[in-house]
Amino acid sequence: MNEPRNLLPYWLTVPGVLVMLAFVALPMVLTLSLSLYPFSSATGVGEGLTIANYADIARDEYFHVIFMRTFGMAALVTVICIAIGVPEAYVLAHLSPRWRAISMVIVLGPLLISVVVRTLGWAVLLGNEGVINKLLLAAGLVTEPVKMMFTFTGVVVALVHVLVPFMVLAVWASLQKLDAATEQAAESLGASLPTVMRRIVFPQVIPGVLSGGLIVFALAASAFATPAIIGGRRLKVVATTIYDEFLGNLNWPLGAALALVLVVIVLCVSMGMNRYIERKYKQVFV
Amino acid sequence: MSRTPRLLLAFHLLFAAFMLAPLVMVALVSFTDKGYIAMPFDGASWRWYRAIGDASDFVTAFWRSLGLGTAAATLATLLAVPAGMAIAWHRFPGRDALQGLLLSPLMVPHVVLGIALLRFLTQIGGSSTLWGLTAAHTVIVLPYVLRLVVAAATGFDRSIAQAAQSLGASGWTVFRRIELPLILPGVAGGWLIAFINSFDELTMSIFVASATTETLPVKMYHHIAHTIDPLLASISTVLIVLTLLLMMVLDRFYGLDRVLSGKS
Repeated sequence: MNEPRNLLPYWLTVPGVLVMLAFVALPMVLTLSLSLYPFSSATGVGEGLTIANYADIARDEYFHVIFMRTFGMAALVTVICIAIGVPEAYVLAHLSPRWRAISMVIVLGPLLISVVVRTLGWAVLLGNEGVINKLLLAAGLVTEPVKMMFTFTGVVVALVHVLVPFMVLAVWASLQKLDAATEQAAESLGASLPTVMRRIVFPQVIPGVLSGGLIVFALAASAFATPAIIGGRRLKVVATTIYDEFLGNLNWPLGAALALVLVVIVLCVSMGMNRYIERKYKQVFV
Repeated sequence: MSRTPRLLLAFHLLFAAFMLAPLVMVALVSFTDKGYIAMPFDGASWRWYRAIGDASDFVTAFWRSLGLGTAAATLATLLAVPAGMAIAWHRFPGRDALQGLLLSPLMVPHVVLGIALLRFLTQIGGSSTLWGLTAAHTVIVLPYVLRLVVAAATGFDRSIAQAAQSLGASGWTVFRRIELPLILPGVAGGWLIAFINSFDELTMSIFVASATTETLPVKMYHHIAHTIDPLLASISTVLIVLTLLLMMVLDRFYGLDRVLSGKS
């Protein structure tokens, strides 16, 4: 600490930094260059630089549909996660310590369980022969199975399940800093619970909702396993399209271009939201 | 404060049911005695648990994932502990940029890292090798360790280390006898979270792993894409139970919320 011009911190960070440069930064730059190579299905990856892959994505209706579906899905998943994650975090904060510990394991524990396992559970629940349909049929609520596998709704439900713990976690963290006296003051002045939630609690946890929302949105937009298993071949999203281009069509340049477009859109939306919310709720970001 | 309104409690129960439903379902169907996905109520058996023993490719993939997770978490910890101490205790030019670089794998979608690493490893002859996969996993789990090490190190009183130094302890002794023991809980929690993340990772591995280096999640994904049978349910149930045990350890020593959000 008191040595002059200490080089120690650099020596301590250098191994990790070198590994990151070699296995993250360099591969990302190579992906950018890969996306600029021409490709034909007859001859494979060609020579020279071209923006043809990006032009394809910009022109082709097929890709427009996939991008619209992906970001529509991500937006819907984010909104639902906020709608159910915020009240859940609020309840967690108000439970007795023992119930809170159990509830924490139930709500946050699934984050530690493989996405493949959780998605398998939804495949079992949502199938035409699945449990939900069996129950609906037995109750006489429907006469034939409701199609939920391979549908937009099915993917959204499963994605909400996979991602909502991140929202609860983020809001929970910002609730920890909240002063309970403000709530009690509002209550003692006669505010109803919905009013307290809307006027007192929600504005104060906005930073948590924002960071949770950004995580959920970014992960939903780039999710692979859940859309691949629940959505199947026909309900393609960007991540599964990249997979098909890379490992199915072997069109690596187009796959790389799709990946970079995905990253850029996610970054732009995230930064835009960040700026907008921070400006709108200036007083809570101090 | 303890009076939680009824409506919110009802919501909480529904939420808990929603979170548990798919996991409970997987556990239930794993006990069927049928050859297809079915409830065990009209015939339960251990049939599909015995079948795991015969599915040698799944068992191989399980051990591979276990080894990979151990190696990646250990390497990531070795890299993240010194970096985390530097970031927590020193103010130096470029500190934020270096921290940003070390945390960058959290910002890049795994599908994108997957294709980037597939291309890179193919070029340097590391595709479909176990060391390539280990390097890829080390990189993606390093941020989890770093966050917990920084959180643990930020919370401690530097004057103890300075006292030891002024009494003549060498830098290495201070690290070994004072600094490391104090941040050890953070290091251990970070290692465990890194291990779990590596063990569960699918999206990047599906690009980087080949048929000879398939991890358990990749193997399971390829199986599900082909057919969904009770064998997958029994394997998944075993994984759920193992994760539950790890979770209890984490919760007991750290609190699940702290470990998962990477805060002190």
